Amino acid sequence: MTQVIEAPDIHQAIKQTVGSPFTHKPKISTRNVDVFYDDKQAIFDVSLDIGSHEVIALIGPSGCGKSTYLRCFNRMNDTIQSCRVTGEFRLEEEDIYARGMDPVLLRARIGMVFQKPNPFPKSIYDNVAYGPKLHGLASNRAELDEIVVSSLQKAGLYEEVKDRLNASGTGLSGGQQQRLCIARTIAVSPEVILMDEPASALDPIATATIEELIDELRQNYTIVIVTHSMQQAARVSQRTAYFHLGKLVEVGDTNQIFTNPQHQLTENYITGRFG
Amino acid sequence: MSNKMSHHRSNIEQVRHSLKKRHRQEKRFILLGKLSVLTGFLFLAFLLTDIGIKAWPAFQQHWIQLDVTFDAQILDVEAPADEAALKKGNYRGVLKKSLYAMFPDVSARRDKKALFKLISSGAEYQVRDILLADPRKLGTTQQIWVLADDDVERFLKEPALRESQQSDRRIKDNQVAWLDQLSGQGRIESQWNWAFLTSGDSREPEQAGIAGALRGTMLTILVTLAMSFPLGLAAAVYLEEFAPQNRWTDLIEINVNNLAAVPSIVFGLLGLAVFISFFGVPRSAPLVGGMVLTLMTLPTIIIASRASLKSVPPSIRDAALALGASKVQTVFQHVVPLAMPGILTGTIIGMAQALGETAPLLMIGMVAFIVDIPQGITDSATVLPVQIYLWADSPERAFMAKTSAAIIVLLLFLVTMNLLAVVLRKRFERKW
Ligand SMILES: Nc1ncnc2c1ncn2[C@@H]1O[C@H](COP(=O)(O)OP(=O)(O)O)[C@@H](O)[C@H]1O
Ligand SMILES: [Mg+2]
Repeated sequence: MTQVIEAPDIHQAIKQTVGSPFTHKPKISTRNVDVFYDDKQAIFDVSLDIGSHEVIALIGPSGCGKSTYLRCFNRMNDTIQSCRVTGEFRLEEEDIYARGMDPVLLRARIGMVFQKPNPFPKSIYDNVAYGPKLHGLASNRAELDEIVVSSLQKAGLYEEVKDRLNASGTGLSGGQQQRLCIARTIAVSPEVILMDEPASALDPIATATIEELIDELRQNYTIVIVTHSMQQAARVSQRTAYFHLGKLVEVGDTNQIFTNPQHQLTENYITGRFG
Repeated sequence: MSNKMSHHRSNIEQVRHSLKKRHRQEKRFILLGKLSVLTGFLFLAFLLTDIGIKAWPAFQQHWIQLDVTFDAQILDVEAPADEAALKKGNYRGVLKKSLYAMFPDVSARRDKKALFKLISSGAEYQVRDILLADPRKLGTTQQIWVLADDDVERFLKEPALRESQQSDRRIKDNQVAWLDQLSGQGRIESQWNWAFLTSGDSREPEQAGIAGALRGTMLTILVTLAMSFPLGLAAAVYLEEFAPQNRWTDLIEINVNNLAAVPSIVFGLLGLAVFISFFGVPRSAPLVGGMVLTLMTLPTIIIASRASLKSVPPSIRDAALALGASKVQTVFQHVVPLAMPGILTGTIIGMAQALGETAPLLMIGMVAFIVDIPQGITDSATVLPVQIYLWADSPERAFMAKTSAAIIVLLLFLVTMNLLAVVLRKRFERKW
């Protein structure tokens, strides 16, 4: 417990993931994932299952590859020219990286919320309606209205903006913008929502609102959330995965990870020895 | 302790001392800035006033009233219905007779010639058109206002000329006497010169108008815009959003930047060699002019558009892609609209450059003397800056005013275009 592992020993120390990375009937399963930026490897042999209707938190020091790994799920890394992904990703048995898999379809099933709120510089209504229009989810205006309203309601934003749906989305406060982005993602009815530090740009009150929202969303969606805040991971997630230098060190029930970590590195991190 | 305090105090003194210096520096810089702006402004004001004063005479025109008898014998027209004969008629003779009748004392050949020189050489066509419009006037006498000659024009506009030596002016003393007589009878009148805006070029300054060059400029700019905007936008979007980042795209980027620095006359030579000689595009026409100016403005538009596309935050692309938009949808539904203000600014700057360009157009024959107003993009035409160049080069004094007037028209054209750009930009601009 008092011992601090020095850098050269770390790769030695993470030979294999500790804990329980695999689940029964996973929503998404990943096996032996390596990710490279040009020649630089960012993710080393990660295998992990994401269970249905669970919130799983990815934690770890900055630069350990959480975002890189998360962006593999909806193939956002395809847009980075230098990025190369190997290994296996399956969404309910379907190979995410198969030749026949259209990223457009994939991203309709796996939505994403980013670190910095990024609403389109359009009206609140148009922000939420963009996805459904894109995929032809509404056959007429009334249906579209319905989708927009219910998405805003699910994101807990409707009451605050119902009088100004035509106002610009960029005129909202940071927390509202992030909830708008969540509503926009929900509007496409994805099965999985990826969130990359969704509250890191927000004040504590807005953060609390988002955290409550995540808890509610678990009813209908599977959520993978990256966070640098251990308290947040403890509050919103059922399972937690700890990453270190591109490797998956330990996975387990959130409770167990925070009260009784198995790996020395995990313990060092949650007791604040680095991060 | 006291030592420490005094040390502290001297520190503050030091800061206060340097503060004074810094404030002085700041004041000096602000003064310098204001002076520079003022100087620029004064130059502009001086230039505009000078052009305005010089151009004023071009917008004024003097007319002389004659009693013209459409004498069938002189005209050599037998029947009013004979249009061909009406067209060929000797209207010059009719005009001469009318003038001689008004000044019966003038008998010497030389004097008669000088008398006839008071009116514009275009007057005969003016008189002809009146009879053609209504052939029933054959045989009658009509009071007709005809244009004064440009020398008369100048003499009437510049009172100082009257005081000068006869040898120093083109209007001689006997002509002055006739003019005085005419004006005493109320037969000389000054009018706003609408014809300047509605007629084409002419060798006679009093008849020369800007309409041909104006239309030529509009057609040329339209061709330039229609070609360079889509081409430039497509190239910029491809290079910025779709092209792989490798040595080839680097090479293209360097070349586009270099192209923007190529002297425009080179594009003229290129246009002559490729478009006219090789592809056989009609020369002197707005089409080939627009093509050459497109070559010239493309780099400007591409560079400005790429900079504008680059400045669209990547988070917007991520947002659209993560919702399942394809690359093309992301680019055309989000990135390009957001970059539009910058793209339009670049385009307008390119168009403004093209509008003022003379050299490349000289190379492709748009410098020809063209009387007819061009009707299409393949008609021979000239453009405003070339027209200015042509008039500035003409020996007749009256063309000096025309030159300034043409400059004013060109400037107005530019201002209109820039206003349009501002309006467009405002419409596309979004609040963040
Ligand atoms: N677009 C990129 N190009 C090259 N290297 C990258 C890129 N994005 C991230 N990296 C590198 O990959 C590693 C993991 O980064 P990231 O996944 O962003 O970490 P985290 O989200 O855990 O902070 C870091 O070393 C980072 O420098
Ligand atoms: Mg990250």
